[in-house]
Amino acid sequence: MTRYPNMEQVTGDFYTQNFEKGAREGSLILNMGPQHPSTHGVLRIILELDGEYILRCDPVLGYLHRMHEKMGESKTYRGFIPNMGRVDYGCPLPWNWAFVGAVEKLAGIEVPERAEYIRVITTEMNRITSHLLWWGAYILDLGAFTPIMYAFDEREWLLDLLQTPTGSRLTYSSFRVGGVGHDIDDKFIEGLKAFIPYFRSRLPMYKDLVTDNIILRKRVEDIGPMPLDMCRRYGATGPVIRGSGLAYDIRRAEPYGIYDRFDFEIPTQDTCCCMGRYKVRLAEFEQSLRILEQAVDQIPDGPIIMDKAPKPSWKPPKGEVYFAVEGARGKTSVYLVSDGTKSPYRVKLRAPGFSNLSLFAEAAQGTLLADAVAILGSLDLIIPEIDR
Amino acid sequence: MKIPIELIRIVVALVAVMAWVGLNALLLVYCERKYAGHIQRRPGPFEVGPHGIIQPLIDGLKLMAKQLLMPDGADAILFWLAPILSMIPVLLLFLCIPYSPLLTGWEVNLGLLLILAFAGLNVLALLLAGWGSNNKWGLLGAARAVSQSVAYEIPLLLAVLAIAFQTGTLNLTEIVNGQGSWPWQWNIIVQPLAFLIYFTSILGETNRAPFDLPEAESELTAGFHTEYSSMGFGLFFMAEYANMVVVCSVATVLFLGGWKGPFFDGWWWFLAKTYVLLFVMIWLRWTYPRVRFDQLLNINWKWLLPLAVANLLGTAFLMKVFA
Amino acid sequence: MNAIRKNVIQPIIDLWSLIVGLKVTGKYFCQRHVTVHYPRKIIPAELTDTFAGHIELIPSAKDPTIPKCISCMMCATNCPSNCIKVLKQKAPKVSPEQEKEWAEAEARGEKVKRPKAPKNPAKFSYDYSLCSLCGTCIENCPVSSLRFSHDIYIVATDRKELTMDLLARLARQAEAQAGKPADRAPGVLEQAAEAGQEASAKEA
Ligand code: SF4
Ligand code: SF4
Repeated sequence: MTRYPNMEQVTGDFYTQNFEKGAREGSLILNMGPQHPSTHGVLRIILELDGEYILRCDPVLGYLHRMHEKMGESKTYRGFIPNMGRVDYGCPLPWNWAFVGAVEKLAGIEVPERAEYIRVITTEMNRITSHLLWWGAYILDLGAFTPIMYAFDEREWLLDLLQTPTGSRLTYSSFRVGGVGHDIDDKFIEGLKAFIPYFRSRLPMYKDLVTDNIILRKRVEDIGPMPLDMCRRYGATGPVIRGSGLAYDIRRAEPYGIYDRFDFEIPTQDTCCCMGRYKVRLAEFEQSLRILEQAVDQIPDGPIIMDKAPKPSWKPPKGEVYFAVEGARGKTSVYLVSDGTKSPYRVKLRAPGFSNLSLFAEAAQGTLLADAVAILGSLDLIIPEIDR
Repeated sequence: MKIPIELIRIVVALVAVMAWVGLNALLLVYCERKYAGHIQRRPGPFEVGPHGIIQPLIDGLKLMAKQLLMPDGADAILFWLAPILSMIPVLLLFLCIPYSPLLTGWEVNLGLLLILAFAGLNVLALLLAGWGSNNKWGLLGAARAVSQSVAYEIPLLLAVLAIAFQTGTLNLTEIVNGQGSWPWQWNIIVQPLAFLIYFTSILGETNRAPFDLPEAESELTAGFHTEYSSMGFGLFFMAEYANMVVVCSVATVLFLGGWKGPFFDGWWWFLAKTYVLLFVMIWLRWTYPRVRFDQLLNINWKWLLPLAVANLLGTAFLMKVFA
Repeated sequence: MNAIRKNVIQPIIDLWSLIVGLKVTGKYFCQRHVTVHYPRKIIPAELTDTFAGHIELIPSAKDPTIPKCISCMMCATNCPSNCIKVLKQKAPKVSPEQEKEWAEAEARGEKVKRPKAPKNPAKFSYDYSLCSLCGTCIENCPVSSLRFSHDIYIVATDRKELTMDLLARLARQAEAQAGKPADRAPGVLEQAAEAGQEASAKEA
C-alpha cells in the first residue's frame, strides 16, 4: 500500500487536527459530499489533499437527521415501531428486534415459539439482503458496474419472499411487542428452501467474478488497516471488528431470542484490511444460510403473537432497559427509559454505523483518494442510520 | 483557376467523415448500452424505437436542448475551447484511415505518424477542460488525464514501431497490403505481444475502464468534465467514442489485415473487425473494477514499457538477421 | 526460484483471473435477461398478492358499497402518522311537527323509536403520502374493516392525489365487481395489464 511519504508534517493529535478557515499553503481542501457518488447518501467529508494523498479528513454528519430519538418520546410504544424500519433502510429488522426486545425485557413479556422462529428467519434473510446490497455497492465504488446487478438478482428473490411475512420490500416494520405481525405460510417455506441451494450455487460466481479478480484484490488488500486496538478505541462492531480478528457477535456473546439453539460459526479474518472485512461479509452469507436451514426445519406451529398483546394505549412498568442485537452492520441496540406512561421517556438508539464511521478518519490518513473510497465502502455505512 | 482534384477529395472526405463520426458515435453508444444491458441481464434501451434503436439520437437531441452553463470563475476561453479541441483532431484522424483501397479519405505516406501525433492532442483538451472549469474535481481529473495519457503513449508508440520496423513503411495502405487475406497472414500472428501492448495502451489512451481514472465516477464525480453541460459534454462524449473507433481502426490496420479478409476483401471486413475490437473494449469495461492511480502507472512503467522495448529490440534483431 | 515464481508465474495466474471474470460476464451476455418488460408484461399475481399497499375498507356482507366500519375512530386515533380522517354520520333531520308528535307520545307513556345516526362513516379519507404502512389501524379495528390493498401500480403526479376517499374507492370496486361499466375508461395500466396477460398466455 502506498502511503503519503511526508506524513510527519501533519502534526498534533488526531482529534485536534481541526480545519482552519481560509486558504492553506501547499494543500487542497476538498469537499467530498454531501452529494458524491460514493458517499451513499448525504455524508460529507472534508479532505485536505496533497496531490491525491489525504493529509487529514473530517466526516461531517447531520445532513439526514430525522430526530428518531426525539420522535420516540412523543409516540406510543406501538406507534414507534414504524420508525425502526426507517432508521436503517438496508437492514431494518434488527432495529425492529432491538426495540421490541427492549420493551419485552422491560415488561417481562414472553414471545411465542413460532414468533421467535419467524423473527430469526426474517432477520437472517434481511442480513443477506443487506450484505448483498453492500457487496454490489462496494464493487460499484471500486468501479465495476456489473456485480451489483447480479447481486440484485438474488436480492429481488429474497425480497419477494420477505414480502410475505413483512408486506413491504424495504422499510420493514413487522415486529410487534410480544410477537410478529404476519405469519409465514408453506409457500414461503418452500420458496426459502428453493432459494438456499440456489444462492449457494451462485456464491462461486461471486468469487470468480470479483473476489479473485486481481484488480479488485490489489484495490482492497492491505488497504485501510484497522488493528484491533483501534477498533476497540472507537467501539467498532460487526464485520469491521470481525475483520480485525475478534469473533465478537452479539448472537454469541449475549444470545437473545433463540439464537443459542442454532449451530453457526462466526467468521473472522485477521488481516484487518478492507479485504478482511469483505471476506467476513461473504462468509456471513454462508452462516446465515445455515441458520435459515436449521430454523426452517425446526419451526413449530402455534400463535405468532402473545395473548392480549399490548394495545396502542398500553403502559409498561417504570424502569430502564438496554437491549442489543446483531445487525448487519454490528451491534444494534436500544436503551429505553419508561416513566410508566403511554410513550417512552427516552429512547437512545445505538447505531453501529456511527461508531464504524469514526474509524474512517484515522484509517484514511495518508492514503490516496481512491483508497479512501475503498475504506469508506468497506465500513458498510448507511447514512440515515448514522444520523438517525 | 483550376481547383486541384486532391483538395476536392479532401473536402468531400471531411464532410463524409463528420457524418461518419456522428453516425459511429450514435451506433457505438447504442451498442455499448445494449451490451452492458445484456451483460447485466437486462434489456438496455428498449422503449424509443424498435429495441430502443433511436434512443441515442433522442439523447443527443436532449443534450442539445439543455442549457450551456459555465461556472463562476471559470476561464471562458479555455473552458469553451476544450470541447472543440477534443473534437477537431479526431475528425482529422478519420481522414487517413483506409477503409478499403478506394475508401481512403487522404492517403499520406506518413499516415501512421499523423494519427499518433494528432491523437496526442486529445490530452491537451482534457487538461484545458479540467483546468479552465475552476473545479477541484476537474483539476484532479485533468492531472490524472495528463500523466496517464503521456505515460501510455510511450508503449503504444513502441508497439506500433515494431510493426513499422517489420513492414518498413508508415503508410497505412501499404501496411494493409503487406498482409494477406487469411487470419494467419495477419500481423497479429507475427507480433502478438505488440498487439496486446497496443490494446492495453489504447484502453489507457482513451480513458476506458479499467483505466478510466480521469473521469472515475465514484472517486472524482465526473473528473475533467464535471462542469460541462449540454453539447459541451456532448462533444467530449462524441470525441471519446470517436477516439475509440480510431484506435480500434488503427489496430485493425496494423494487426488484423485491414480490409482484407477471407473470400471477399472490402470495407465490410474492416468494419467487422473494428467493431469486434470495440466489443471487447466494452466487455472489459463492464467486467472489471477500476485500478488505482499508482497501480495504473506501475502497470505502464514496470510492465508495458519493458515488454514493449524488448519486443521492439527483438523485432529489430530478427529483421536484421533474416532480412 | 522464488523470484521466478513471484515475477513470472504469479502475474500469469493474476492475468488468468481477469480471463475468468470475462468468462462470467460473457456467459451472462448470452443468457436470457431477467427483466420483466413492464407494461407489456407484468409480474405474476402471487407477488403482488403479498404486497401491502395502501389501506382500503372491507365491504360489509350486505352491501358492497358500505364498509363494515362502525366509525369508532380507533384507527384515526391510533395512527402514528395521523393520516386517517373519519367523519361520523349525523342523525337525520327531524321536522318540528314530528318532534312534537314524539314528545306527545312520550308524554302518553308510549315507546318512541327515534331515528339514530347510521353507524357507517360519512367520510373516510386517508393520506397515503403520510402513511407508514405500519398496520396499527388494521390490527386495532374492532370489526376488521380495514386491510392492505395489493395495488403496486399506484402512481400520482400530485401530492393531493394521494389523499384518497376510501368510501368512493369502495363504491368503485363494488361497481367493477357488479360488472357495471366503470365511471371512467380503463386506464393505461389496466389495458397494459390485460395486454400483458394475453401476451403471457400466448407465450405459454
Ligand atoms: S398503516 Fe399505520 S400509518 Fe398507515 S394509516 Fe394505518 S395506522 Fe396510519
Ligand atoms: S377502527 Fe375500524 S371501525 Fe373504527 S373507524 Fe376505523 S375502520 Fe371504522
